[in-house]
Amino acid sequence: MASKSVYSQRDPVLKKRDDFEDILEERRNSSDLRYAFKCYTPVLYKGLVPCKPAMLKTIVLQSDSLQHVISQVSAESGESVELVQEEAAAILEEMAHRQQLSTVRFFAFTLSKAFKSLFRSVCVNEEGIQRLQQAIHEHPVVLLPSHRSYMDFLMMSYILYTYDLTLPVIAAGMDFMSMKFVGEMLRMSGAFFIRRSFGGDKLYWAVFSEYVKTILRNGYSPIEFFLEGTRSRTSKSLTPKLGLLNIVMEPFLKGEVFDVSLVPVSISYERVLEEALYARELLGVPKPKESTSGLLKARRIFSEDYGSMHVYFGQPVSVRSLAQGRINRAHYNLVPRHIPRKPTNEAQSFVNDTAYQLVRMQEENMVLKPWVLIATFLMQNLEGMELSQLVEQTVWLRDLARSFGAFLDWPDHTSSMKVVSSSLSLHCNLVSVCEGQVRLLVAAAQGCESPEALLFEQAVSALSCASYRNQVLHVFLRPALLAVAMHTAATQRKDEVYNCFSFLRNVFSNEFILCPGEAVQDFDEACYLLMKCGAVQILQQGVVTTESGRVTLPFLCAMLEPFLQGYQVVCRYLCEEANDNLTEKLFIPAVRTFAVKLHLAGSLRCYEALSSDLQKNALAALLRLNAVKKVKTADQVVLKVNKLAVNSLEDTLGGKIPTQKPVLARL
Amino acid sequence: MASNGKSSERQRTAQQRLRIIAGHLRKPEEADHTEIAAQECKAESSRTNPEKPNSMPKRRQEIMKWNGWGYSDSRFLFNKKGQAEFTGKRYRLSGLIMPSLKDWFEGTFGANLQHKSPAAPALNAGVVPPPNLNEVFVEELKATGIPFSQDADDRMFRAHGHCLHEIFALREGHFGRCPDMVVWPNCHNDVVKIVELACKHNVCLMPYGGGTSVSSALECPPEETRSIVSLDTSQMNRILWIDEKNLTAHVEAGIIGQDLERLLNESGYCTGHEPDSMEFSSLGGWVATRASGMKKNIYGNIEDLVVHIKMVTPRGVIEKSCQGPRMSTGPDVHHFILGSEGTLGVVTEVTMKIRPIPEYQKYGSVVFPNFQQGVACLREVAKQRCAPASIRLMDNEQFKFGHALKPQVSSIFTSFLDGLKKFYITKFKGFDQDQLCVATLLFEGDREKVLQHEKQVYDIAAKFGGLAAGEDNGQRGYMLTFVIAYLRDLGMDYYVIGESFETSVPWDRVLDLCRNVKERIVRECKEKGVQFPPLSTCRVTQTYDVGACVYFYFAFNYRGLSDPLNVYLQVEHAAREEILANGGSLSHHHGVGKLRKEWMQESVSSVGLGMLRSVKEYVDPDNIFGNRNLL
Ligand SMILES: Cc1cc2nc3c(=O)[nH]c(=O)nc-3n(C[C@H](O)[C@H](O)[C@H](O)COP(=O)(O)OP(=O)(O)OC[C@H]3O[C@@H](n4cnc5c(N)ncnc54)[C@H](O)[C@@H]3O)c2cc1C
Repeated sequence: MASKSVYSQRDPVLKKRDDFEDILEERRNSSDLRYAFKCYTPVLYKGLVPCKPAMLKTIVLQSDSLQHVISQVSAESGESVELVQEEAAAILEEMAHRQQLSTVRFFAFTLSKAFKSLFRSVCVNEEGIQRLQQAIHEHPVVLLPSHRSYMDFLMMSYILYTYDLTLPVIAAGMDFMSMKFVGEMLRMSGAFFIRRSFGGDKLYWAVFSEYVKTILRNGYSPIEFFLEGTRSRTSKSLTPKLGLLNIVMEPFLKGEVFDVSLVPVSISYERVLEEALYARELLGVPKPKESTSGLLKARRIFSEDYGSMHVYFGQPVSVRSLAQGRINRAHYNLVPRHIPRKPTNEAQSFVNDTAYQLVRMQEENMVLKPWVLIATFLMQNLEGMELSQLVEQTVWLRDLARSFGAFLDWPDHTSSMKVVSSSLSLHCNLVSVCEGQVRLLVAAAQGCESPEALLFEQAVSALSCASYRNQVLHVFLRPALLAVAMHTAATQRKDEVYNCFSFLRNVFSNEFILCPGEAVQDFDEACYLLMKCGAVQILQQGVVTTESGRVTLPFLCAMLEPFLQGYQVVCRYLCEEANDNLTEKLFIPAVRTFAVKLHLAGSLRCYEALSSDLQKNALAALLRLNAVKKVKTADQVVLKVNKLAVNSLEDTLGGKIPTQKPVLARL
Repeated sequence: MASNGKSSERQRTAQQRLRIIAGHLRKPEEADHTEIAAQECKAESSRTNPEKPNSMPKRRQEIMKWNGWGYSDSRFLFNKKGQAEFTGKRYRLSGLIMPSLKDWFEGTFGANLQHKSPAAPALNAGVVPPPNLNEVFVEELKATGIPFSQDADDRMFRAHGHCLHEIFALREGHFGRCPDMVVWPNCHNDVVKIVELACKHNVCLMPYGGGTSVSSALECPPEETRSIVSLDTSQMNRILWIDEKNLTAHVEAGIIGQDLERLLNESGYCTGHEPDSMEFSSLGGWVATRASGMKKNIYGNIEDLVVHIKMVTPRGVIEKSCQGPRMSTGPDVHHFILGSEGTLGVVTEVTMKIRPIPEYQKYGSVVFPNFQQGVACLREVAKQRCAPASIRLMDNEQFKFGHALKPQVSSIFTSFLDGLKKFYITKFKGFDQDQLCVATLLFEGDREKVLQHEKQVYDIAAKFGGLAAGEDNGQRGYMLTFVIAYLRDLGMDYYVIGESFETSVPWDRVLDLCRNVKERIVRECKEKGVQFPPLSTCRVTQTYDVGACVYFYFAFNYRGLSDPLNVYLQVEHAAREEILANGGSLSHHHGVGKLRKEWMQESVSSVGLGMLRSVKEYVDPDNIFGNRNLL
């Protein structure tokens, strides 16, 4: 299987990672202006015939594939070919980048200033840069950064400029275009803009995909896009979107290029700029419209300390090697290649698997700060905890995390007390230390008019803090699922534990990155890691908790507890309150209201249930499990709930019924 | 009918034609005159027919290498001064020195003249396994008077074709299963007798034509337990009649290409079928492999040239009842025979189209700034259906290779390089020496038309940035195709092994396929531990309405590899997979043999394969023709 080639290490700890270099250091010691005007001569794709943005548009508009769709659309709609051609040109005009070096230089200058004031350091693995340079020379490259902040793609271009690499062109959402000036600046620095949804628009799709493929085929620039599609508001990786990945793989599958290199990039922030904004969004405060003036107001941001950030350029992944033995490329032989076709099932599942592998690679190379470990404990002890105890626990967790292969940036030669204190002080907007007690800070707590408003502020802090815990979840996810499975199964029998494990995995596969079809591998990995850290013993037929497991396993269970609870809340809502006219639109506000009610009544403590992210994921899972069905009516989509199934799911999650086959079958 | 004047004119053109063919084949004085033997099979009457036009003796090893390509007297070597030379007197290159070959060779392969990998010396009859004879068969065969042999060297000579692994094994002194005896039928009736006897005694028959197969078609299946008889067709080599009214000739299938052309030329005709192997390959071999000649644009491929075929099968003789130019009588049974690769029976006689020798022939060449432009030009030429008799486009590496083969002194070989140097200054400025590529052209017909045609093609070329680069370069290009096979033997003396293979592919995929296959070869070599980047080059050798034939050469220095042959086989395998993945065919003309069998089902679908199988089952239920090719 292809995953093997990407992810072959059985023991994640053995993974060798590169060292980092702080690129701001030089910026602090030499002229930004000179840097902005430095000689920029990147290594190009071999045999590249450079192409100006205007020329690129012409190539795209005249391409066989676009011409094909244009005449098709014209035939279907009755519009003249010329008219459709004009439409296509207009779409392209709206979409295309106009990268020019002068704008890039302008950004190089201003961003230098901005980054220096925001971050203590911006650390980049230079070996990754070298690999990338080689990759750019040899094959068309696709850059796939993780997405946690608007900063991400500015930072990417900034780094590539710094290291004299070919600047990428970046797929960006149209939302930016509402800020005329900023949008155009981004366009001139290499962004191209795609509408958020263009479902059935054949012409739009044709222009878009041909545009991307033309850039890729000719190796004009690396293409950059976010596999996750949007910024993750929770810091958990999002289920990958496949549209663009499908597009960039096609030139290889059709033999138009020898290979394509996919380069996962992990960008991690010690403090995310949008931290509180995200929490509010998750709680239903609408995302502020991107506006230039809004951006300027955000100047306040510059007075704060966002710690360090890390950018890790992963090993380039060859699409050719991934496809080896999985895809029969001869499939593309019988139809002219410019005629668009739906990907085969084979190709679809290949792209899907690849997307998951890549997101996992992003996760693995994400640098974790001590703070994420601290946040993990704070989320398990919402009422606060002793500083000394926190330090002790954090150290314990550091060792556990390391043994699970976490990419931890824990300072050497510094006392753990100091490490923890300095983390706490960097995040002083979220936590307070008072008389040796550490607890979450609630911002506008004083003078809160209503219990709802208070709850809201508490939830903002909690979800902000949770987003840091979420950064480390992927490290513990599989062992934690196993821990919960052992607990629920209430037996040592391996097969039953596995059933339970795979049930949980199935339920949570919208919540976390769990590669489809890899339940067995995940189970083995979980067993291996728990055995390695001494928490369990793996026997021929059984999984047995050891003495030290009595600490580790409950801790791991507690890590997933909010999610288990959250999903149960969603289930309860559907069973108890939902009526036959529940529309998809109303689902989230309704669940939120329900959860707020439980909170205020004191019967719910965790805040994740309030998060629209969890609510969305839970619904997706229920739809996938056929416990809820979407029914389209004239003007809306209604959710039909199979209460029996939802109810039994809730019970299973609550550990009331073990996951036996019949339950699964009924789902 | 032809008046005196006309026939003398024809005589003249015949002479001219002879010179031309000698031009790319051999020294003119070597052309000997022999009569056409337009008579019935004389098998019974006189076995030693003195006037037989035979360039191919029964004991081929007397004039040909047993472990390499071609005539024993002709080979490349590096002389004491380290200069490459080509020995013998047969070819225009014979006796000449190629001063830049050494540098090219060492530079391209990282080879070194100090590091030799000589072949095992003479064939030691002792190492050839003793024949497994079917005594009764031998007895009864003897009674027919048809000549046969059980000598080790005769058998060994027919145990292989010219795939790299076959020749490499011979050079290393490894001999696998070989035929247990060789028979030389003299005519159709002899073949009928042999096939009858083989069926009667359950003996395995393997037709052997020119032995130029490059698909492992001639390899004896190691699992074959019956006695294997190699049926050498070389003595069935007469032109039985020429029909000038219909422009056909009826020919015995064992005739080899050079004899067929020479004999027809004497009567003022030609077939125009000129595969690069025509010095040795046979008419029956062409039919059995669906061969393709360089001038197919005018004359057609073998399937366009045959009018009537006679084949002896275990079920009896198959042939059509008339020689009509086209028929609608169900699927064309000729197409079961064409490409049957010796699995159904022996092709014994063929009626072929012939043409008067063209009045005028002219070579030409065009230099393009890059391969892409060259392909675009060929595509346009094909679109306008104005392809010359031959048009071939070499990539940059082959273009450089061409330079390296430039002989030292020769008026006719005005140096490509020198010529080019001049061009560089005058015309080719702006051409990147590491990008440019060259197309070679051959025009044929009456003078005026040729000149017109030539202009048309050069005009198209100009639209794609192509610049005419002279006749000599073109002519040299074609001459080289006949000696290039000899070069592999030179490489093998110095740790370099290589092979060529071909495919056909739709126009829109030509560039992608060329790039991907070449790169795949480079990458596979690297992954398999080959120390030096391989030579990985291609050329487009034929154009069609809907696509082209592409030919790849790849070779590498195998020093430091413990199992070079295996590496080579893996790379070739990977390259073929790459071809198929990029929309190329399994083969344009080399055939499937045993080398490419594994992809047959994928290529023709399982129903298609089933059809072929059922034909085989009907025609040859006991698998007498047991070479196990194709299916
Ligand atoms: C240097 C070189 C250049 C080549 N160039 C070309 C080229 O330009 N075009 C091209 O098409 N091929 C080319 N080939 C491939 C080869 O020459 C052809 O496949 C050729 O048709 C084989 O003919 P042959 O007489 O040598 O047959 P062989 O090699 O003797 O046999 C080939 C197959 O045909 C069968 N066979 C032979 N004779 C008969 C018969 N009378 N009846 C039934 N079956 C028979 C054999 O059993 C065997 O399976 C080249 C090969 C080499 C080595």
